[in-house]
Amino acid sequence: MKVDQTIERCRELIAEPLGAIAERWKESHPGGRAVACFPVWSPAEVIHAGGMLPLGLLGAGATVELTHADSRFQSFVCSIAKSSLELGFQGLLKGVDGLVFSNICDVARNLSSIYKRNFPHFHVDYLHLAQNSTSGGVADYMADELRRLARGFEEAFGVRVTEPSLAKSIELYNAIRARIRGLYAFRIAEPQKLSTVELYQILRAATQAPPEEALSRLDDLAAELPAREGRPKDRIRVVVEGAFCEQPPLGLLEVLEEAGCYIVEDDLFLGWRWFTSDVPADGDPFRALGQSYVGRAVPSCTRHEGRESRAKGLIEKVRRSRADAVIFTPAKFCEPALFDFVPMRQGLEREGIPQLLVEFEEKMWTFERTRNEIETFVESMLFD
Amino acid sequence: MPAEVKERQYQGKVHQLSRDLMNAWMAQLARANETGEPTGAIMISGNCVELLRAFDIHPIFPEVTALQNAIRHQSLPLILKAEEVGYSSDSCADVKADMGLFLSGGMGPGTKMPYPTVTLCNYVGCNVYVKWFEHLAAATGSELFMLDVPFLRTSEPTAADVRYVVKQIEELIAVLERISKKKFDIDKLREILRYSVRAEEGYARSKDLCKGSPAPFDSYFDAINMMGPINVLRGTREAADFFDEAVKEFEGMVAEKVGPLSEERFRMVVEGPPPYPYYRSFRNLFTKWGAVAVASTYSTVGGIWEWGFRHDPARPLESIAEQMLTENLTNRSIVARYGQIKRYVEEWKADCLVIHSIKSCRLFSAGQGDMREYFTKELGVPTLLVESDLEDPRYYAEAQLRNRIDAFFESLEHKKLVAA
Ligand code: SF4
Ligand code: SF4
Repeated sequence: MKVDQTIERCRELIAEPLGAIAERWKESHPGGRAVACFPVWSPAEVIHAGGMLPLGLLGAGATVELTHADSRFQSFVCSIAKSSLELGFQGLLKGVDGLVFSNICDVARNLSSIYKRNFPHFHVDYLHLAQNSTSGGVADYMADELRRLARGFEEAFGVRVTEPSLAKSIELYNAIRARIRGLYAFRIAEPQKLSTVELYQILRAATQAPPEEALSRLDDLAAELPAREGRPKDRIRVVVEGAFCEQPPLGLLEVLEEAGCYIVEDDLFLGWRWFTSDVPADGDPFRALGQSYVGRAVPSCTRHEGRESRAKGLIEKVRRSRADAVIFTPAKFCEPALFDFVPMRQGLEREGIPQLLVEFEEKMWTFERTRNEIETFVESMLFD
Repeated sequence: MPAEVKERQYQGKVHQLSRDLMNAWMAQLARANETGEPTGAIMISGNCVELLRAFDIHPIFPEVTALQNAIRHQSLPLILKAEEVGYSSDSCADVKADMGLFLSGGMGPGTKMPYPTVTLCNYVGCNVYVKWFEHLAAATGSELFMLDVPFLRTSEPTAADVRYVVKQIEELIAVLERISKKKFDIDKLREILRYSVRAEEGYARSKDLCKGSPAPFDSYFDAINMMGPINVLRGTREAADFFDEAVKEFEGMVAEKVGPLSEERFRMVVEGPPPYPYYRSFRNLFTKWGAVAVASTYSTVGGIWEWGFRHDPARPLESIAEQMLTENLTNRSIVARYGQIKRYVEEWKADCLVIHSIKSCRLFSAGQGDMREYFTKELGVPTLLVESDLEDPRYYAEAQLRNRIDAFFESLEHKKLVAA
């Protein structure tokens, strides 16, 4: 069936080093530039509007041995920071010209300037994304920040990021996000037809390809998935929360599903589907995009949400996806996830929603203990 | 090995004066609890305490409380209390000590530490601040204001950065007016800032005196005596007077050529916060080598005054914004910090760099291995990196630290002998 082939193509794509993807794209786009975005949210639209290729910089999982980066970052620092830096040391980002980081945490911030120091040939930008969602100055600030980013690209690469081209890119990414929202809704409705391992690969591939190509793949999937066979299994429905930056190993997602869970909501690739509705493409597109970062945002551990309780967004997710439980999956040493775990768990407890904590590292490769934990958890719920 | 170096029997006033001032501040807080006067929780880094002061809102510094508890060996039970409710053993222990204080009833009515009326998150660099103050505001039911200060990611803050911060300060002022029921008086703020300037001047001058040999005080271990007045009490007449006294005392010491130790054998720059739970033991590991910190980055978390920045009473809001944006350590990149340290090494004529890496504090620590690479490989500055924690006593391994420190100074001593 074509769906399987499409997903197979996604699997191949994400097995390729980022640099190789950039190089291949450049063969058909002579003089083109590729810019990789560290999680969580980056305005891929601004990159695309300058005729560049936006990519996701998502660490190296278990694919590289740390030979340099672990002497730069201590043992108590998350793995994605180290492996992302290691990709640089091992030349696996050759072909990528720019990197974008933002203020998601202290580690990412330090990583950004350390990248710049060690690899001066990259154009590295660090975005300060607004944490004050209610200030009267926030929309202007965000618009200016995105313009600053654009100017940086223009100066470094001689590209042009115009308002009309940005408006077009916003429309393209709106379409992609709408398709992804569709896939999420589909998985909520029929999780037996689309596993999270598959959805993960689809999404990740969308961050490793030109958006036009990603959109057409998503269109194909949307057309063909409903006809896919899939018998419902005796599983609990869960929300996975905490894997918004460092990537969980596929093996972990597999184990979660095999041990008896349908993952019906998650915060994987949150930045690539950040907006709850379309970003307006009329008016000043810089302002529309910047304001949407604050005003149309999905709940995230990396953004302050005013007086909203941290648990509120999560509880809504649970209700909306008709989930039975939440599995917290913070990456080891990931402070935003670990801190938010506390109020989120308290909120779930107040609502009587069961939850389980499973920490992970991208390079983790045995999952037997996790499997046992999840099986026990699932059993306790199924046979309660 | 040459004769052992001892800490000199220090007879000066600075230490006692600082302690008295900080005690008076704590007593004020305890009174505020009884009288119901408004209080505001605020962070140390690049803070804008002057704004609270302009409304007579008593500042609470949860970081200072957490560190005071650590130095009194009271942090572990608080940390454990927080871990019981789900805080990870891997996250910043300052937050845990503070939330642990709340959870164990050490904060709020009937205690010395009042709940804040307003929780003012001056988000200056550290992302953990956002989490911390979200939790604190939720726990205490206080009003949260998120003062979002864009990180210094260009050589100068952009015009948009300054506008955004000033706008938020104006919005904050409206909140503080409501909470304190007092009208904003810009002249009062100007007067407060004039006191700030005097304190900044004195702190900068004190640090400058450490260029002398011997340095009159240890700019890492003794600097905490000044960090209270400069960060917590800045904007008061008392803090300004304190620094006048401090400068007088240090100038006298320079004239007499006396420093904190019986002999200054090594001049070091220290990076990273100290291990508060083992402050004294850690200090002793350096004292015996005659190693004195002539400059430190930690002493600049609240503000970098040694390069000349001062608040400007003529442009009160703008200069507060500028200080928050650029003139403090935490809102600058780690690589910009390399530049700061390099200047210290050169201008303060240091022999070495000691990096104290803090597990809790990724703001300071994440990437310090790269810093070591830069200083050893690119600049040829002898650099030692040791690890423990600023708040959590479980991460302090004295024997290991001693071995590393001894080996480092032995080799420095050897180099000195060879060079001579
Ligand atoms: S995994 Fe967490 S700590 Fe690490 S870079 Fe991402 S957000 Fe920061
Ligand atoms: S991470 Fe560092 S600066 Fe931030 S709250 Fe913790 S100790 Fe303080």
